[in-house]
Amino acid sequence: MEKIVVLLHTEPDGTLSRPALEALTVVRSLAADLGSEFAAALVGESVQEAAGLVAGAGASSIYAVEGSDFHHARYTSDAVALDALCRRAAADLVVAPGTSRWNRVLPGIACRFGGRIDTHVCDINVEGGAPVVTRWYYRQRMKARIGRTQRPWFIVCDPGSFSAFEGEVKEVPIEPIATPLAETGFKTEVVGFQKPAEGGQTIRPDAELLFVAGAGWTKMQPDGNARVGDAERLILSFLKSTRASLGGSKSMVDLSSEGQETLAFMTHLNQIGQTGATPRHPKGLSTCCHGEEPHVVGWRFITERRAVNLDPNCGWAQGKADVLYVGDAFEIISKVNELLAEG
Amino acid sequence: MNGGYQIVVCGSIVPDPLQTLEPVAGPTGPALRNEMMLPAVLDPWAAHALYEAANLAKQHSGSKVWWVALGPKAKLQQLMMSMAQKVPFELVALDGTASGFSDSWEVAEALAGAIESIPELDRDRLLLFGGWESASRGTGVTMQMVGERLGITDQFQGVDELTIESDGSLRLLERVEGGHHQVSVCGSPPVVVGWATGRLPEPPNNPQVGMLNMRTVMPALQRAKLVQLSTEGLTFHSVDLPEQRRETRIVRDSSADEIALELVDWIKSD
Ligand SMILES: Cc1cc2nc3c(=O)[nH]c(=O)nc-3n(C[C@H](O)[C@H](O)[C@H](O)COP(=O)(O)OP(=O)(O)OC[C@H]3O[C@@H](n4cnc5c(N)ncnc54)[C@H](O)[C@@H]3O)c2cc1C
Repeated sequence: MEKIVVLLHTEPDGTLSRPALEALTVVRSLAADLGSEFAAALVGESVQEAAGLVAGAGASSIYAVEGSDFHHARYTSDAVALDALCRRAAADLVVAPGTSRWNRVLPGIACRFGGRIDTHVCDINVEGGAPVVTRWYYRQRMKARIGRTQRPWFIVCDPGSFSAFEGEVKEVPIEPIATPLAETGFKTEVVGFQKPAEGGQTIRPDAELLFVAGAGWTKMQPDGNARVGDAERLILSFLKSTRASLGGSKSMVDLSSEGQETLAFMTHLNQIGQTGATPRHPKGLSTCCHGEEPHVVGWRFITERRAVNLDPNCGWAQGKADVLYVGDAFEIISKVNELLAEG
Repeated sequence: MNGGYQIVVCGSIVPDPLQTLEPVAGPTGPALRNEMMLPAVLDPWAAHALYEAANLAKQHSGSKVWWVALGPKAKLQQLMMSMAQKVPFELVALDGTASGFSDSWEVAEALAGAIESIPELDRDRLLLFGGWESASRGTGVTMQMVGERLGITDQFQGVDELTIESDGSLRLLERVEGGHHQVSVCGSPPVVVGWATGRLPEPPNNPQVGMLNMRTVMPALQRAKLVQLSTEGLTFHSVDLPEQRRETRIVRDSSADEIALELVDWIKSD
């Protein structure tokens, strides 16, 4: 029988993030389908609260590495913790959430244990008594279902792909796992976080709506003028009333590194597409963006798609959007903002 | 840093993103239709790693950039025609598949072996660069595995900025959730850096750099060791293209008011 463990880290406040709760859903159903138990391994400054929930999810044992050294996400300390935990759990199948913290360190741990790793897993089933995972290749252009014979097999779940576990908190003993941390010391210190400078936080993974602004917002308009100031106002007002997440095309986000006038709050982190993000939102609205293939591959996980463009033959018209409104985004978004303000 | 940095950049080819890709069953697993004929580009995030490496090397005298590439020799040669003109580097080529369907474990093993065989490499000055995710397999795991194999445990992923502080320490900005950056300071090399977009635009072509690079590129390609990846133990049960086309309703003759009303209804609907 395959031994299964779910690896989770707590947040600075001791809770589990949504991706962690999704990984709990995954490990529960995987264990049920394989007729196995699962253990849980936790890392963080404090893990008590999380352990209760994990116990409620049905973990047969809970191992933990806890303490202030594990407050921050850092390869060296996380690797020490995971090394110790994976040794203790001695699992064949390792399920984990694809957070930035785990994505940094888990591949190295898989390598250390002679294991294999698949990330961005968006579905998992059991076929013929063995797990089969689904993930995308070539930047969401094709989808593959794969299986592996090597163990341990690290299966890293793509956040947003599964439902979050909800359940009762249970009392359960935690087995603390010692780490050789004091002797190793760290060469790296996490010194803080940098927030997006202008316009506040515009990337909101949990938003209902993705709003994409393309380079057209900064281009010369039919009246012969560029209207970057107007564009900024309109977009910020739209984001404020809808709480949408802001995306940009590559041409849009590249403008700043090319020294051209651009929206102050648009950075490379907002980029959607081949060399940008592939976020998951129920709806997406594209404005002033041509809808070229390298951009639209980033819309793979946007369910309903609408676009506003002056050009009736833009990419969105070629079966890439559900609705294309041929019109001026300045005019349309301005009206939309008025209507949203009226409530 | 005294004597400069030794920067090794890992990166290979991916199909030009404007190409249509179609999976086919190959002799050793899935492949792309006409794979060898598809125009290729340097994997975009690896390209950023290369530009950042060159920029850093320029600022610290005595530094050197090696570019380790695993790909079909003929395709690498084509890529060098354009890339060799961008920035100075010494190529270490491995002749093998650059397919997204190859396994990261084996790729990491081959890359780490190639890096270990670079004769004059000094680990205490080593910055190991690559893209944080490829545009082919897209797992974002290979660089960490190469680092582990080389015993480097100060690793950073999704890096947009690396600056050298006055005391020689490295300050790095890594992408984390919600559009934020985590800021870390690492005392000294060696480090692994998986680059995101960074801060630099694509450098213009410089024929002089091209001539210098080509002197070492051609011999490196001739020397390229053959690497056979087996993808042993990995089974692709299926590889499918998703249903791409939607029935697009094109709204042409509506006023801005009408469109705005429809959009607001849609935004507010469940
Ligand atoms: C290796 C590589 C990787 C790439 N990766 C990405 C990626 O990750 N993401 C990405 O986005 N692109 C990517 N691209 C670039 C992509 O091919 C396009 O060049 C880019 O997406 C174009 O951006 P855009 O549509 O905003 O700009 P443009 O092509 O300039 O289009 C602007 C649009 O705005 C419209 N417009 C102008 N004014 C108005 C108005 N008032 N109202 C309504 N519409 C208006 C115009 O009709 C036009 O359609 C990549 C390309 C390469 C080669």
